[in-house]
Amino acid sequence: MTTTNSSMASAPVASRWSRFHGSYLFYSFKRDPIAQISLLVFIALVGVAVLAPWLAPMDPYDLAQIDILASELPPFWVDGSDPAYLMGTDAQGRDLLSTILYGARVSLIIGFGAVAMQALLGVSFGLLAGYLGGRVDAFLMRMADIQLSFSTLMVAIVVGALVKAIFGSATYSDYAVPLLVLIIGLAEWPQYARTVRASVLAERSKEYVDAARVMGFSSRRIMFRHILPNTLSPIFVISTVQVANAIISEAALSFLGLGMPETHPSLGSLIKSGFDYIQSGSWWITLIPGAMLVILVLVINLLGDWLRDVLNPRLYKG
Amino acid sequence: MIAFLIKRLYHALLVMFIISIIAFAIQDNLGDPIQQMVGQSVPESEREALREELGLNDPFLVQYLRFAGNAVQFDFGYSYTFNQPTTEVIMRHLPATLELVAASTFLIIALSVPIGVYSAIRPRAWLSRFFMGVSIIGISIPVFLTAIVLIQLFAIGVSFSPFPADTGWGAWLNGLLSTEGGMPAYGRGDPVTVFGTWDTNFASLTGLTYLVLPAVSLASIMLPLFIRLIRAEMLEVLQSEYVKFARAKGIPLRRIYFVHALKNTMLPVITVGGVQIGTLVAYTILTETVFQWPGMGLMFLNAIQRSDVPLIVTYLMIVGLIFVITNTLVDLIYGLVNPTVKLTGKPA
Repeated sequence: MTTTNSSMASAPVASRWSRFHGSYLFYSFKRDPIAQISLLVFIALVGVAVLAPWLAPMDPYDLAQIDILASELPPFWVDGSDPAYLMGTDAQGRDLLSTILYGARVSLIIGFGAVAMQALLGVSFGLLAGYLGGRVDAFLMRMADIQLSFSTLMVAIVVGALVKAIFGSATYSDYAVPLLVLIIGLAEWPQYARTVRASVLAERSKEYVDAARVMGFSSRRIMFRHILPNTLSPIFVISTVQVANAIISEAALSFLGLGMPETHPSLGSLIKSGFDYIQSGSWWITLIPGAMLVILVLVINLLGDWLRDVLNPRLYKG
Repeated sequence: MIAFLIKRLYHALLVMFIISIIAFAIQDNLGDPIQQMVGQSVPESEREALREELGLNDPFLVQYLRFAGNAVQFDFGYSYTFNQPTTEVIMRHLPATLELVAASTFLIIALSVPIGVYSAIRPRAWLSRFFMGVSIIGISIPVFLTAIVLIQLFAIGVSFSPFPADTGWGAWLNGLLSTEGGMPAYGRGDPVTVFGTWDTNFASLTGLTYLVLPAVSLASIMLPLFIRLIRAEMLEVLQSEYVKFARAKGIPLRRIYFVHALKNTMLPVITVGGVQIGTLVAYTILTETVFQWPGMGLMFLNAIQRSDVPLIVTYLMIVGLIFVITNTLVDLIYGLVNPTVKLTGKPA
């Protein structure tokens, strides 16, 4: 007993970094230029969004800084632009670049928040369904089936509309961020639940779970300490795709007027507010935030594709 | 097969029951019908009498049963804003949405099958890589943004002139980068009425031009999904033994691809595809908003803005019914096409 302990202690323990460095994940990342560029762009976008208050030339939430006379100015490469406003201004005279940086921040917060919400709900329900089986499983999966048979977007729109009708527009605008996180989280939890359940079912019959059960560990301990870590890689893969989906869902809700108010815009509500001016020729108010949204979602999707190819859990077959 | 059928029907009824409970809960808790029916000046005692007369003071279960009984006969009351039975309002808006979905479905099928099959047969050709690249970009563009870009390009028009316009080649390149615009992008135009009540855009050429941009936008959201799905399934089928055997036997490649392999590719495509065609209804809300297309989606959004509760409830019930019918039909078709499907409906 003592000898094994001492031999383990004296063996050189690989640091986390070198383990990552030698992993297949890192190896394939080094060989995939698309994944590298995507990650780079993603980090850059998240960086500018997080640092928006320090990078943006103006504070779009501060009414005192808005000059209504400078409204609908085009971006710098179009005739009639003002060099003070690099990307032009929107219909209210807000600097478009600053508004986009702040808007990307809002979109990212809601995107990641909603995915955390989905993961929390979906992983708990998926673990319960997969581990307990029987009636709990049948009930939860039937709920997931029903919800998935409608599109998640439909569920989000309907729930968003109802929540807005119940709370009223003013209250809804005040608490838009947490409410949107909740709405999108509720609309998309079945994706997680199904994936987690499928991998729990695969793990449950393995010997290490039997061993743990024989050793007398509680169900909760086996679920969270033994099975959950082994289902992490599919969770990780769908999380990337789900962040992209959540950002698109938020943009769609905002575009329909069920999301962020125009005084505190996300990328979606910027596109919506700009759409009213597209017929008068001010295309930049809607298309520049649109381009930002597409690039953000695209790099996340590309990263998700790469991750799925590398980790290759049979995701959508469960 | 009969057991399978009954099981699916039972499932469909269960889902409709849950939807009806949700819809009823909405009707019960949102807005006050008395407030909508009478003005501010009516005293509280009369309101109470009216409430009693309409049965709004009855227990929840009694009210729900009355609601369900009416719902089965497609009677959901009157819309506040249109002052007409809600089912009539919906029926008036339904053709617009159905035609939009039909046109998009046609585009999706006509484009995704050849592109998907081609990129599975020649996975390394530059054209296949191009399609795969475009499809991941397509997935990343929200449907309303596609619609806005299409409006800018084909309804408003773009003029780029980075090249010298006075030279022949410069003018030609500028012409390539610019678009004319002028495509209709607002409403349905003047649809032709057929069969008494059905307004159609398919009957005239101008009607069709109104349909082009909305249908292309709506198709753009599903097209990448279908292309990727068909490609993935086809790739898998091409690896299978029977395809190798057919090849070894000397059957012409074209026959193997389009007769032997395509048949088995279409099985999963039918299940996923059928459900996705149903979800197109959800995306019509966005497309119709952008193009002010007078269908059910736009009507639903307007109903929300005006708190027209009976209309909201009717929309939810009818869209729920559409989803349930498509899903059940897809299940049944799949059961018919693929005899190996577990007919008991139990998860494998």
